[in-house]
Amino acid sequence: MAKKMLEVRELTTKYITRFHEDVYAVDHVSLSIEEGKSLGIAGESGCGKSTLALSLMGYYFPPLHYTSGDIIIDGTNISGMNPDDVRKNILGTEIAYIPQAAMNALNPTQKIMKFVEDVIHAHDPKMPKSDIHDMAYKRFELLGLPKEALEKHAVELSGGMKQRVVIAISTILSPKVLIADEPSSALDVTSQKMVIKMLRDMMESGMIKSMIFITHELPLLYNVTDDIMVMYAGQIVERGTAKEMVFDPIHPYSKGLMGSIIVPEEGTRDKVLTAIPGTPPNLKNPPKGCRFAPRCKYATPTCSAMSIESKDFGEGRNYRCLMSVRKIREVYESEQQ
Amino acid sequence: MSNSNEERKSCLRGVGVTKVFGSGSKKTVAVDHVDFDFKEGEIVTIVGESGSGKTTLSKMLLGLIAVTEGEIYYQGALRDIKGSRKKKEYWKNIQAIFQDPFASYNMFHKIDDVLLDCLNMRGCKDLPYEQKVEMMTEACSFVNLKFEELTNKYPFELSGGQQQRLMIARIFLLKPKILLADEPTSMIDACSRSTILDMLTKLRDEINMTVIFITHDIGLAYKISDKVYIMEHGKFVESGEAETVIIHPQADYTKRLISDVPKIYEEWDLSTV
Repeated sequence: MAKKMLEVRELTTKYITRFHEDVYAVDHVSLSIEEGKSLGIAGESGCGKSTLALSLMGYYFPPLHYTSGDIIIDGTNISGMNPDDVRKNILGTEIAYIPQAAMNALNPTQKIMKFVEDVIHAHDPKMPKSDIHDMAYKRFELLGLPKEALEKHAVELSGGMKQRVVIAISTILSPKVLIADEPSSALDVTSQKMVIKMLRDMMESGMIKSMIFITHELPLLYNVTDDIMVMYAGQIVERGTAKEMVFDPIHPYSKGLMGSIIVPEEGTRDKVLTAIPGTPPNLKNPPKGCRFAPRCKYATPTCSAMSIESKDFGEGRNYRCLMSVRKIREVYESEQQ
Repeated sequence: MSNSNEERKSCLRGVGVTKVFGSGSKKTVAVDHVDFDFKEGEIVTIVGESGSGKTTLSKMLLGLIAVTEGEIYYQGALRDIKGSRKKKEYWKNIQAIFQDPFASYNMFHKIDDVLLDCLNMRGCKDLPYEQKVEMMTEACSFVNLKFEELTNKYPFELSGGQQQRLMIARIFLLKPKILLADEPTSMIDACSRSTILDMLTKLRDEINMTVIFITHDIGLAYKISDKVYIMEHGKFVESGEAETVIIHPQADYTKRLISDVPKIYEEWDLSTV
């Protein structure tokens, strides 16, 4: 078995609002990624995807607080570590993060090279500048980015180029885990493809050892990641390989998500788009029992009465629903006819 | 989509529409002699990359910026929007939904005011308040929102998807002839996207409105539109029925755009970047 790069056990984190209410945005999440693998996280806005990303990095600044659970990166447990220690010892080398609006994250008054220097100096303050420059040039060449970009300011680069530059900078120390939070959502399709190609190349060449890719664009996840996890209201509702999740979703919520896929391929034009009615629950007081029950068309009174544990079936697949897999498949089949 | 295009009347037609910014050496031709003919009750999509001139064209259609060259015909007659009075009259017939729902509302105005404004614009100013509430409730329920929950709230208290749906409720009240939707789904998640698309199609069927959809997502164009115009560097490189253009593209640019969209049933070729 390949080495586990990241293992998360029952991680729970919460936001404390200014009215002193607890909002559990990540609720008993467990996941693991092996070396050379990538994991996609899908879900609606507000389901806790981005909070999960921040929690995995150990980036606990108020209002976000760590509650319980373990985060183990390549054998080291980083849960409960001081955020400042995390920044010095973990970020960049162990785990790297590409935020949602990465293209706006660059200070317009500095040249790109300065950011590279900053990243490396945060870990090795004594490294001479010439070495850093060599390293930066080499890395940019490997990734097929123009070297001139390093001498430019952020405003001189296009949106897609900025995004790729940010990715190159944040992975310059070859982290073990890369967390990409919607890295291509603000780009047009052509730039998006370039970003995806770059991430895939980095995975193949071993520059990053494993990746978590967060997005709501399912066709993208299908093409980028090995496994897909669907998140709803702070919990993982289903996990499986990309292919299984897209073509054979089990949980009613995943099924609904897959129904919203739009691709320009022959024969898909007349496919009916299914939208999930209602809105995600307020996590301040989440529904009892199954959190999806109020929006689920198969829900029974028992669904909201008891809490539902996630069940395993087959290799690495699990789902969180009261119905059995066989029953669900039967229901879906009868609906199709 | 049952009746053929010949029966449909022309709603908005353009001949050689051009927009030039700047002059001399700094001249930029944003939209370069485009011809189009949008029919009544049709969903038309204009697809192109960032910087291809989509938004400039949409601004000209809305009458927000002047046309440098060429003519735009509205319902068969030359469009006349000189003076603010005529412009306001024109805007009763053409409405827009923009990309960023968070920036589309005046945040000092409550949702009631937003909807009441629409009613006033339609000439329902003197109706009794109860009747207005009834109309607003109807509009909200059309987009799966509850008016009772929205009243006395401000737009920023809603989620992005809800705000965009409220935008459609406005359109439902105004019942314009043309709706210009500039990337209305690019800032909201895939799940709310299907709801929005569903509502736009329903609205089109209900009031026989022309929907001009502007997007860079060719999958979306394929899904909802009757006609597709592909735009590159200010020119239409290809246009026609959605099925023909997207499944059997002729222009190289269209082929490239299609190859850039992630696929599910076919292999997505990453080597062509």
